[in-house]
Amino acid sequence: METLIAQFMTKYNYWAIIGLIMIGLYAMIAKRNLVKKIIGMNIVQTAVILFFVSIGAKQGKTIPIIAYGHGDGGHHAVRAIDYINPLPHVLMLTAIVVSVATLGVALALAVKVHRLYGTLDEDEIAERIKES
Amino acid sequence: MIWPVDLIIMVLVMVCGIGAIMVRDLLGAAILFGAYSFMMCLLQAIMGAVDVAFTEASVGAGVSAVLFVAAVFRTSRRTKD
Amino acid sequence: MKYLAVITILLVGGLLFYGTPDFPAWGDPQSPASRHVSPYYIEQGYEDTHAPNLVTAVLADYRGYDTMFETAVIFSAGIACLFLLRVYRRKTSQTRLYRHTLTGVTLRIAKGGKLPEGSAEFEQIDSLWVPYDMIIKVCSRLIVPFVQLFALYVVAHGHYSPGGGFQGGVIFGAAIILYAIAHDMRSGFRRLNEKVALLVSAIGVLLFVGTGVLAVLLGGNFLDYSALAGLLHTDAVMARSHGILIVEIGVGLAVMAVMVSLYYILASAGRFDEGL
Repeated sequence: METLIAQFMTKYNYWAIIGLIMIGLYAMIAKRNLVKKIIGMNIVQTAVILFFVSIGAKQGKTIPIIAYGHGDGGHHAVRAIDYINPLPHVLMLTAIVVSVATLGVALALAVKVHRLYGTLDEDEIAERIKES
Repeated sequence: MIWPVDLIIMVLVMVCGIGAIMVRDLLGAAILFGAYSFMMCLLQAIMGAVDVAFTEASVGAGVSAVLFVAAVFRTSRRTKD
Repeated sequence: MKYLAVITILLVGGLLFYGTPDFPAWGDPQSPASRHVSPYYIEQGYEDTHAPNLVTAVLADYRGYDTMFETAVIFSAGIACLFLLRVYRRKTSQTRLYRHTLTGVTLRIAKGGKLPEGSAEFEQIDSLWVPYDMIIKVCSRLIVPFVQLFALYVVAHGHYSPGGGFQGGVIFGAAIILYAIAHDMRSGFRRLNEKVALLVSAIGVLLFVGTGVLAVLLGGNFLDYSALAGLLHTDAVMARSHGILIVEIGVGLAVMAVMVSLYYILASAGRFDEGL
C-alpha cells in the first residue's frame, strides 16, 4: 500500500495525461459528428504537449530565463541544476503551431464536406455517397 | 509545483475535456474547448513552462475557439450525438 | 462502434499504464532528460547569444532550421485552406441590401434596379446585419490599438521575457479578428483584404529564409547569424542577438497574416463577401 501511495505521488501526472489521451482517442473513434472528431484530435494533441512539458519540469527550480542585473553584464556563473530544462518547451512551441495549422485545414475540410453533402454526420454522409 | 493546486486543475481539465465531447450543442462544445485550453495553459504555467503557457493561451483560448465558432456558424449547430 | 472504441481505449490505456513505472519520478532534477544536452544550452546560452530567454535563444538560433520549416508549415496551411474553400462567383446575388446612414432606412434593391454605388450616404450591408450596437463598437475601438501595441511589445521583448515572434503574431492577428467581429466583415475586408494578407505572410517566410541565405552569401553556414556581424557593424555575439530579432519579426508577420486569412476564409466560407 505504501509503495502504491509513493507511486501515485510521484507519477499521478502521467496517469492523468494518459487518461486525457484516451478521452481524445475515444472522441475520434466513437463520435459521429465531424466537428466532435476534430475536437478529439485537438484534445490528443494538447495532452501530448502537456506530457512533454511535464517531463522537463523540476521541483523547486526556477524558470529558464536568466536573471541578470544591468551592471554586471551577466557574467555570474550559471549552474544548469538551478533551471528548468528548456528543450521540451522549444519542441512543444513548434508542436502548438503545427496543431493550429492542422485545426485550420481540418475545419476547412469540414465546411467543404457540409457544402457538398449538407450534413456533418458520418453515417448520413456515407449513405449520400452511396446514393450518388 | 504545489501538488494540491495541480491536482485540482487537472481534475478541472478532465471535466472540461469530457464536457467538450459530450455536449450536444456544437457552440457549447467550442466554448468548452476554449475553457479546456485555458486550463491547460494554467497547468503548463504551474510546471514552469511560461513560453508554452503564453502560446497555449493565445492560440488555444484565442484563435482556436474563434475558428471553431466560425466553422460552426457556417455549418449546422445541433448534432445527434 | 462504441463497444469497439471502449475496448480499444481500454487496451491502449492499459498498455500505457503498464509502462509508467519505468518513468523517472515527476520533477526529478536528475532525470535523464535534463542531463545530456540541456546543461550546455543553459550554461552557454547567454554567453553565445546575449538573449536571457533561453527558449527564444534555442528556438531561433540553435534550432533555427526547425523554426523555418514551422513557418513554412503555417504558411502552407493558409494556402491549403484557400485552395479548399475559395469560390469566385461570377455574378453576385440578385437582391442587395443598402442602408441610408443618416436615417437608418434599409433599402432592398431587386434585380434590375439601379444600385447606389459610390454614394457616400448608402452603405452596403450583409444579409445578417445586426443594428448598430454602440457598446461593442466603441469598446472594441478602444481596445484594439492597445492590443496591437501589446503584440508589438511581445515581439520586441522576446529576448527578455516570455514571448517572441509567434505569440506576438497571434495576438496581432487576434486584434484584427476582434475588429472584424465587432464591426461587420466588410469593414474588416476594407482594412486588410485577402491579397495583402497572403502577401504579408509570404514576406514573413521570405524574411526568415532570406536571413539564412544572406548568412551563406557573407561566408558563414546557412542560418549562422554571426556571419552577419560585418553587415550590422557589431561583434559576433550581438549579431546573433540581432539575427534572432529579425527572424522573430519574420515569424510574427507570417503568423499574423495566416491567422487573419484563416478566419476570413472560414467565416465567409470562401466567398469573402459577408460573414460572422
